[in-house]
Formats: sequence, structure tokens, C-alpha cells
Amino acid sequence: MVARIIPEPIRRKFPGLIALIFSLLFCRPSLVLAQESPYIVTYDHYLEEPGSLEVEYFSTFGTQRGGNDFDAFWTEFEYGATAWWTTELYVDGQTTFNDSTIFTGFRVENRFRLLQREHLVNPVLYIEYEQTSGADKILKEVEGHDVQSDYADSNAVLRKEHDHELEMKLLLSSTFKGWNVAVNPIVTKNLLPSEPWEFAYAIGASRPLALKASPNRCNFCLENFIAGVEMYGGLGDTQSAGLHDTSHYLAPVVAWNLPSDWTFRLSSGFGLNDNSHRLLLRWGISREFSGFGEVVGRLFGGRP
Amino acid sequence: MKAPFALFRPAGRVGPVIIASVVVISVVVISVFVISIFVITVVGTRLAMAQKEDAAARSNRKSTYAALAEAPEKASERKNPFEGDTQAVAAGGKLFEQHCADCHGSKAGGTRQGPSLLREEVQQATPGTMFWILSNGVVRRGMPVWSKLPEQERWQIVTFLQSLKIQSVTHNQ
Repeated sequence: MVARIIPEPIRRKFPGLIALIFSLLFCRPSLVLAQESPYIVTYDHYLEEPGSLEVEYFSTFGTQRGGNDFDAFWTEFEYGATAWWTTELYVDGQTTFNDSTIFTGFRVENRFRLLQREHLVNPVLYIEYEQTSGADKILKEVEGHDVQSDYADSNAVLRKEHDHELEMKLLLSSTFKGWNVAVNPIVTKNLLPSEPWEFAYAIGASRPLALKASPNRCNFCLENFIAGVEMYGGLGDTQSAGLHDTSHYLAPVVAWNLPSDWTFRLSSGFGLNDNSHRLLLRWGISREFSGFGEVVGRLFGGRP
Repeated sequence: MKAPFALFRPAGRVGPVIIASVVVISVVVISVFVISIFVITVVGTRLAMAQKEDAAARSNRKSTYAALAEAPEKASERKNPFEGDTQAVAAGGKLFEQHCADCHGSKAGGTRQGPSLLREEVQQATPGTMFWILSNGVVRRGMPVWSKLPEQERWQIVTFLQSLKIQSVTHNQ
């Protein structure tokens, strides 16, 4: 089919892109309910199902003291390579009102499940490389001494700064009686030797609104909603560890998992001190494509 | 000096019929020998391959379902709180379709991604064992952990799987 529709030179030049487009278009429609957690910053220990691709779009509206409010956005492509390894690509951008809209960088992350079975606390190792500009405002992590005034300058000024960072998290998560509690200690290192190691945290708790499924397929059943709260912030760096000059947020979160594979998330983060943005209103939409890996495999000559 | 073959030459004159007969018989014997070797090699190899594949399949099947035996005794003995609950069967069926059918097939008969849940290894497993497998997954073989589903929902799935067992037994009878 690919051969018939797409000319040979294009197929030769962009095999990966074509495979991706066809996979998304012709991925087997499934009834897989994503059952995604409501967290936007915190991670629990559940990885993407093997062979599934989840495409996610998130937006963060932030208020800015002494500057223009902004809307930062990012797209995630999350792929379950195996039952113990999930790999992900982020592409970030932002619009600062009365200023401009710019691309701000990308991130590549990998999560590895460390234990085969479920335990009281389940550890997952998270490793991320990010290449972003100083204008990146998605605030997916608030690290070290990150404070709201760092974002007050214009995009033209902020984008001159380039960050190459390595970020590591230990995702500790536990599920009991329907409740999930997740704690993520975070360590970040700007790859410039002069830059210190930065510390941060994210914690979250969530629970489905109903623990028992209803017999019928439904969009508005309570079991499709998961509500919770997350808190995140910086913990200083190796040169000055502690809570001074750090920002912290508390955010109620909710996820709505639809039987049609779509998930909506909403979070309103409130700054807990003067160093924080007053409001970070976040929303996200995602869709899971199960069997993506199999479709791509077939396009490249795998067994039918 | 006599030629070597002269030693075997009969005393009388050898007629062309005898020579032709010897040649034909020799050709036939050699052909039969070659064909036999060929047949034995091909058939033998095929048989060996089939045996190997069969053994591999058996071994694979055994290891596919081996995780069932890893459930701790205490977990295996847990009772299904929804046993015999028809509402739970329906809810479990819905959950199975949403979370499990993609790998195990819409009728739980298995696909390339996941094994059949209609096999006796699964059918004979206790509800507690099924619940344990659902909760812990079989990560090394690609089955994710499903503890993100609340406990009641996992039991509803087990109830649905048990209903498949009853259907299967009825069908076999």
C-alpha cells in the first residue's frame, strides 16, 4: 500500500516519517482504555504498555509578576519498548503574550522498571537529556533555585541561554486500596562543568472516583475519573542546598479516561510562596495507539 | 603383464547382453542408494526439525504459563469476592475488552502478543493465582503490571476469566 501511494524517492528519503504517519493512520482501532494517572509533573511507576504509542499534548498557562503571562506547550511521544522500559520524546514551545511564540527545545527520556514484581514501594529509574533554551517555560520540573522572576525577561533575551541538561529521577510509587502515592526525588546537572547539581522533588497522591467498574461502557462513569493532588518544587543545589530562593506549587489534578482511548487532564497549580508563579493552569489531551510497534514492524518487513 | 580386469574375465566370451545387464543393474543400485540417502536425509532432517519445533513449542508454552506456578501459596488461596456475580462478569468482560483483549484476543484465545487464556493451565489456576498474575504482571515476558486498576476491578476481570472457564468446560462436554 505504501508503495502504491508514495513515490519511490520520497519513500527512500523519509522511511521513518512515512512509517510513523502510516502507523498512526492505520493502527488497529482498539478499545483499550488508557487508565492514565492524573499527574502532570509527578510520575508513578506504571510504564507504557509494550508496543503502544501515546501521543500527548499539554499546555501550561502561567501568570507572571513583572512580565507578560505565558502559555507554554509541549508534545510527548511515549512508546512502550518493553514491559520494563518506556522511552519518550518531548518537543517544547511557548507563547509569551505581547511578545512572541518560539520553539524552546526537546527532551528525550527513558524510564526503567527496576523490579519485576509489585512491591510495597516500586522504584523506576528515570533518565532524561534535555536541550532547551532559557525561554523554556513548560515548568515540567521546578529545580534548584528556579524562581518566577527567571521568566520575566522577553523571549529575545531568554532564548540566548542554551541548556544541555541531564536529569535523573527515582520514581517511587505505591498503590494500596485504590490510592496511588508517588514520590520523585530529582537531580539535575547542567552539562557545563561549572554548573552545580540541582535538586528538586515532586510528590503526588491520587485515587479513582470509583473502585468498581460498571457493567456497561460509559463515558461519564465515576470509574473513568481519577482525582488527586501533586506538589512540586526546588530544593536548591550543591552550592546552596535548602529551601531559600526556591519555588513550590500545590496542584489539584484530575484525569478523565474515555473508553475511546482519549484522556483529558486538568491541573491548577498554585504558587506556595512569593518566588512562585501565582497560577499554573495546565491541561492535557492524549491518545494511546496500541499495536503501534507491530504496525511499524510490518511496514519494515516484519512477520505478518 | 595382464590388465587388472583380465583377472575377473570369465573364461568364455562375454556377450553384450550381460554387459548391458550389469550396467543397468549398477545404475539402478546406485540410483536407489542415492535416492535413499536423499530421502533419509530430507525426511530425517524434517522429522528432526519438527521434533525440535515441537519441543521448542512445548518448552515455550511451558515457560509462558510457568509464571502461574510462581504465585505464592497465600496469594493463590485468596477467594474471589465476586465469585458467581453476573454483574461482575459483565463488568470484567468490559474491562477485559478495554485492557487485555489487545494482547490476549477478544475471545481470550491468544494472539502473537499474548498467550491464550482458555488453555487448561489458566483454566485450572485458582482465582487467587489469576489475581496475582494480573497484579504483578509477567514483566520479563512482556505482560505489564495491572495494579493500576483498583483491586475490585482486577477481581472483576478474574470473575470474567472464570466465566470463560465454565463456558469452555460446557463446550467440551
